[in-house]
Amino acid sequence: MNARLSVFLSTLRPALSVLVLLTLITGLAYPLAVTGLARLLWPEAAAGSLAPAQHGAGASLLIGQSFSDPGRFWSRPSVTAPVPYNGVASGGSNLGANAPALREAVAARVAALRTADPDNALPVPVDLVTASASGLDPDISLAAAHYQAGRIARARGVDRRSVDALIDAHARLPWLGFIGEPRVNVVLLNRALDGVR
Amino acid sequence: MTTQMWMLLATFVLAVWLIAVPLGRVLALLVERAPQPLAGIEGWLLRACGVSGAEQGWRGYAGALLLFNLAGALALYVLQLLQPLLPLNPQQFAAPSWDSALNTAVSFVTNTNWQSYAGETTMSHLTQMLGLTVQNFLSAATGIAVAFALMRGFARSAAAGIGNFWVDVVRITLWLLLPLSVLLALAFAAQGVIQNLSSDLTVALLEPLHTDAGVVGSQTLAMGPVASQEAIKMLGTNGGGFMNANSAHPFENPTAWTNVLQMLAIFAIPAGLCMAFGRVVGDRRQGWALLAAMTVLFVAAVAVILTQEQAGNPHFAALGVDQAASALQAGGNMEGKEVRFGIAASALFAAVTTAASCGAVNAMHASLMPLSGGVALLLMQLGEVVFGGVGSGLYGMLLFALLAVFVAGLMTGRTPEYLGKKISPAEMKPVVIAILVTPLLVLLGTAIAVGSEAGRAGLLNAGAAGFTEVLYAFSSAANNNGSAFAGLSANTPFYNCALALAMALGRFAVIVPVLALAGTLAGRIRATRAATDSASAALPTHGPMFVVLLVLTVLLVGALTYLPALALGPLVEHINLIR
Repeated sequence: MNARLSVFLSTLRPALSVLVLLTLITGLAYPLAVTGLARLLWPEAAAGSLAPAQHGAGASLLIGQSFSDPGRFWSRPSVTAPVPYNGVASGGSNLGANAPALREAVAARVAALRTADPDNALPVPVDLVTASASGLDPDISLAAAHYQAGRIARARGVDRRSVDALIDAHARLPWLGFIGEPRVNVVLLNRALDGVR
Repeated sequence: MTTQMWMLLATFVLAVWLIAVPLGRVLALLVERAPQPLAGIEGWLLRACGVSGAEQGWRGYAGALLLFNLAGALALYVLQLLQPLLPLNPQQFAAPSWDSALNTAVSFVTNTNWQSYAGETTMSHLTQMLGLTVQNFLSAATGIAVAFALMRGFARSAAAGIGNFWVDVVRITLWLLLPLSVLLALAFAAQGVIQNLSSDLTVALLEPLHTDAGVVGSQTLAMGPVASQEAIKMLGTNGGGFMNANSAHPFENPTAWTNVLQMLAIFAIPAGLCMAFGRVVGDRRQGWALLAAMTVLFVAAVAVILTQEQAGNPHFAALGVDQAASALQAGGNMEGKEVRFGIAASALFAAVTTAASCGAVNAMHASLMPLSGGVALLLMQLGEVVFGGVGSGLYGMLLFALLAVFVAGLMTGRTPEYLGKKISPAEMKPVVIAILVTPLLVLLGTAIAVGSEAGRAGLLNAGAAGFTEVLYAFSSAANNNGSAFAGLSANTPFYNCALALAMALGRFAVIVPVLALAGTLAGRIRATRAATDSASAALPTHGPMFVVLLVLTVLLVGALTYLPALALGPLVEHINLIR
């Protein structure tokens, strides 16, 4: 037993000192160095990609917000609690494809879109009625944006073509056709609608 | 639009191979020694830590590894409980419960990164850096060290030692993981991954939100040193997110490019280790054979997930929802997915993260179509050998390679041989133990959980989907993956303790037999390459024939073990969906 104990003790010193050494390097030096470099090289990105504000802190261009005004683009459904697009409670519904609660939620979202835009009989783009993974998705598909263009134009009393043109101006397409998805940032789009540069 | 999916897959696989070749060269170099002047710095640091650097036998190596991991787990446990008293806690988070802290400590030390907590509302910046980021490095280094030891076992002839654990862990951390992480973290930061030590940030909403509790005019955003943790989370196949939504969160994975980088980072070291293995044993074809077998299994799995997700949810069609892919939308099953990733990059990520034992997610796996979820589950249950975790993927696949030559030897009536070493019962015992540990943990754990009140209390979905939540949790824990069907409320003493046990045994009850195997192999005399080539002419272990045999062995063991359980979960759910 004594021999075992001495082997244990002779292993204990390297165990503790290697742990402390690597903890200081990877747990302090590394993240602090990256923080310093990121703030130096890309200060806006490191701080959350905030939009220039009119007054107060502007929105983050990476984090979505919830909209219900018929004159604005609506974001994807978010199931964060207690409010949608809660930036400190990210997450999805985790409902299975077969869950009755999922079907009911999608049906209710389709109905809400139809109520706000009774003349529009087109099928609803799927991303507009399904909850995102993060609950903070800043984007909608181009299909989802154009689907809403008629409603927005009517609510604002403008020509639909100007709304479609605004979508096209903000559209982001996949690089080489396969890296990325056709989409548009809802926060940016609604800021543009409101005339914020 | 659907050709887009296959383009992405083909480009991705090609890129993984292209990264694997040079990285394999670096890794093979590190198995022997670090180049100067790094070796000098390394030697100095090790001497300062009281490490002699002498060769260890497998028992010495295993003892050092276990002690180091135990010390790491204790440190992480204590750090979490002390976090309210420590600095860099701008949100003044309290200590997590003892069972949650225990689960997290075991989870990060075992390279699992199962998370029963929500990062942005639980962990202080200090805990994320000094606790979780550290174990992201050290658990990865531990896995790679075991792979190094096993490689030496194959390469050496009549040797007593398999390397020195302290030297390996320091060398791997400082000269491999750290430089790659710095580069990757900066690339992430350039793309918009946040990196700061701020408290939560409040921004104005463009449109006030009317709720039952009143009008909300602002939005609060979680902040923190995310990019630095994100880099090692991927490179080390750890997978534990800074935020609850993991790599679906726009601050962790903001663009299609960060997403591609994340997927490549997950596969880089597991694929590179295959190439390194070929170099170390002096026959690069052996490494390509392993990589080919992994790629075959991976592509087959991706194909199922991609087509299932793109086909969409049949329930939605009746509701007047458009799920067709077009130039304007990804279409498909978008529940639990992000628009910037669409179907292709979400399905590919789901396969990558479960094939490798990463467990990061950019889409919610619980909301995958039942067959996709089943494939993700199977990829973990195969033992995390399809690329697998850093280190653990290679040593796991080598166990199956030995099993395959053993079975082939029985069929042909010849003494089984691998890389010039005769495979005897002394080698096969640790192989069989290591292969059987995880299925035992998964099936027993699932049975106990669904048979107990405490286990059933956590379910979100009903019926077969609920059963899958539990099966997924134990498959993920025992195979050290860490992803979840996150509907399961796992932050309870029952699940925290049961899953911690599954993670610890799934890690160390495999590592110890693997090191024993390395020790036995190192002691064997290795036949020369010429003798090996003539002796193994019947079954060369680098040809297409062996790749097929290896793939079938992996599938056979996995299928025989798990088909009944998979039938009760994802298969029943799929039948419910289409009938």
